[in-house]
Amino acid sequence: MYGNKVKLRFFFIFLVFLILSLTAFLILKSLEENVVYFQSPTDVKSLAEIEKNKIRIGGMVKNNSIFIEEKELKFIVTDFENEINVIYTGVIPNLFSEGKGVVAEGFLKDRSLFLATKILAKHDENYMPPEVKAALKEK
Amino acid sequence: MASLIGFYSLIFGLCLSLIIVFFSIKNFRNSSIFDKKIISLTFFQFFFVSLSFFGLIFSFINSDFSNETVFNHSHTTKPLFYKISGTWGNHEGSLLLWLLVLTLFIFLFLLKTKKQTKQYRNLTLLIQQIIIIGFFIFLIKTSSPFNYIFPVPMEGLGLNPILQDPALAIHPPILYLGYVGSSIIFSSTLAATSLNYISKEWAKHIKKWVLVSWIFLTLGILLGSIWAYYELGWGGFWFWDPVENVSLMPWLALTTLFHCILILEKRLILTSWVIILSISTFTLSMCGTFLVRSGILNSVHTFANDPERGLFILIFLFGLIFLSIFIFLFFHKSDEKNYNFFWLSKETSILINNWFMMYFLTVILIGTLYPIFLEVISSEKISVGPPFYNKLIIPFLIPFLFVMAIGPKLKWINSDLENKFFLVLFLIISILISYFIIKNFNGDFLINTILLSSAFYLFFSTSKDFLVRGFKNLSQNLAHFGFSLLILSILLNNIFSTEIITNLKIGETFQSEKIKINFESIKSKNIKNYDVIIGKFNIKNLNNNIEVLKPELRIYNQPNIVTSEADIKTNLFTDKFMTMNLVQNQDYFNIRYQNKPFMIWIWLSVLLISFGGIISLFNKRNEN
Repeated sequence: MYGNKVKLRFFFIFLVFLILSLTAFLILKSLEENVVYFQSPTDVKSLAEIEKNKIRIGGMVKNNSIFIEEKELKFIVTDFENEINVIYTGVIPNLFSEGKGVVAEGFLKDRSLFLATKILAKHDENYMPPEVKAALKEK
Repeated sequence: MASLIGFYSLIFGLCLSLIIVFFSIKNFRNSSIFDKKIISLTFFQFFFVSLSFFGLIFSFINSDFSNETVFNHSHTTKPLFYKISGTWGNHEGSLLLWLLVLTLFIFLFLLKTKKQTKQYRNLTLLIQQIIIIGFFIFLIKTSSPFNYIFPVPMEGLGLNPILQDPALAIHPPILYLGYVGSSIIFSSTLAATSLNYISKEWAKHIKKWVLVSWIFLTLGILLGSIWAYYELGWGGFWFWDPVENVSLMPWLALTTLFHCILILEKRLILTSWVIILSISTFTLSMCGTFLVRSGILNSVHTFANDPERGLFILIFLFGLIFLSIFIFLFFHKSDEKNYNFFWLSKETSILINNWFMMYFLTVILIGTLYPIFLEVISSEKISVGPPFYNKLIIPFLIPFLFVMAIGPKLKWINSDLENKFFLVLFLIISILISYFIIKNFNGDFLINTILLSSAFYLFFSTSKDFLVRGFKNLSQNLAHFGFSLLILSILLNNIFSTEIITNLKIGETFQSEKIKINFESIKSKNIKNYDVIIGKFNIKNLNNNIEVLKPELRIYNQPNIVTSEADIKTNLFTDKFMTMNLVQNQDYFNIRYQNKPFMIWIWLSVLLISFGGIISLFNKRNEN
């Protein structure tokens, strides 16, 4: 029979293997649950059914579309082909303005209304979020 | 002129690298020429890179717009301080700073290690020079800070206003000292591995270098975090943004490495582990530079960028990884004889916590890289946010904190728990305190209670060490105490933070059950390179105390950007934080008011942690 030491070593290797696979499983599982997909207004229009999870949308803020009142901010995001109305309550970043790129995170109400929970700040007036650039380029 | 000197200094520096490489290869056979010649050559190299760096600073101070970098990132009306800090506030300049620190570290290393063997110093120098040459070529070829523009523009494009800030002005140099400092650990570990030089004495000597870069990295992250807190106006200190993550990963690797080296120094075990960690720390630092500079990261921090640069760093990075794996596999002889230690010992507890740290590191690495990976293979665009990290890290923080509380009380090799009475007493007290705090204020979150108990537990146990053992092991006690304070303040801050976001016109008042915010007035002022609008808000709480906060909006002339300056009233218990923002063409101001308890303790505790490191660096007695 095998000695105690060998048994112990096998047990140890087995344990390490088990822990590693558990960790990998755990990470991948919560990755699946917590990623946020990005969609352009055109993507949203062509969705088979309304996405229930949190998503990000992006494009340009349409000119003359910003409307603000005490509780909320409304504006329209466009990729020059399709548009989507956005309603938002929260902090508005400095560089948010008409005719500039924007990324908003939140939930779709229907194919033309998006309830945003966050508008992403940018740091640089020349900087365009890569997704927005790609979404606009496709047009 | 200054640009010209700067550029040629770089070329000289590169030539010196080649000469040094030539001499150090020659030196393996004939060791008589080593010391003086090579040290003075490395000094000259450092000197030329500094000259180049000062040339760039000089061009910035003089607003020499014939230099492309200066043109892109400076403006005549900018205050002097920000003209200087603009030097490293951009890609080209910050890489020059990388190079400067690389050459500085190898020079200091040669000066400080005269007691080590020549072969070892020689090989370290050689590996470090390979890295240096890589960066020289990278800098000169893809991102020279000394490109000319003709005709010479009259005015520059200006520095991004959010970078015009004291904390961010010194953040890059400090952070880079940490990042790049890890290069010397990388080179010397590889050298020691190939020469089979790893010993207790080696561990003692490399420990100092690990500490130096760890201290700078800690302070660098702290500065960045403070800046994000008050300048970005998000009212937090950590957002799990990819750019923040890439600075945290080397920090975790470095912290783990430091603890492993402590074991190595005592017992000469875990050598492979130490080698792997040294390699990963530097690789992660390089990776950070690559990710930030290539622009493939989907981050709010990303500035303008260029894919060619990314490709170069990536190839270079893979070259280095390949080299180190090769050395590790072929030269490393593991001859660990006395591998046995009892399960209840200091070694075990450090090892367990190392595993936890590696787990945290893996989570962050996957969370940061997975979106990039997915985009490459499926062109699906995703982002990974705080919920992912919170869910995967917080539960594992609990056992981590407990092991950290008990570990330092154990002895090496074989130990028994002393003072069981105190350990149990602290546990009971911690659970009771947390239970009452959570119960009275914030519903009944089971996880919060357990988490808070473990943080309190660590807090009590490190406080006791601190009081009882005092100056014995001061550095460790201080750093661990600081860490417990950090976790505790973060938790309390998270649980008790409140915020109000609303849109107000001038003269209007926001009212809720607990608070009344009156937007009294605005006034505007003209300052050198920006106009400022200062709002005046009266905040009245339940006890009828009135607090006046005056957040600002700054409208910079060049580039024409609006930034919000938060107004923060800090005291020992809480921060009152307010920002306002004007939405284009509208009468409403977007107002955010936050109450953030124990904010100052987060900063102070990180200072304490790095202070522990500094003491350990200077305290000779502490070496035992």
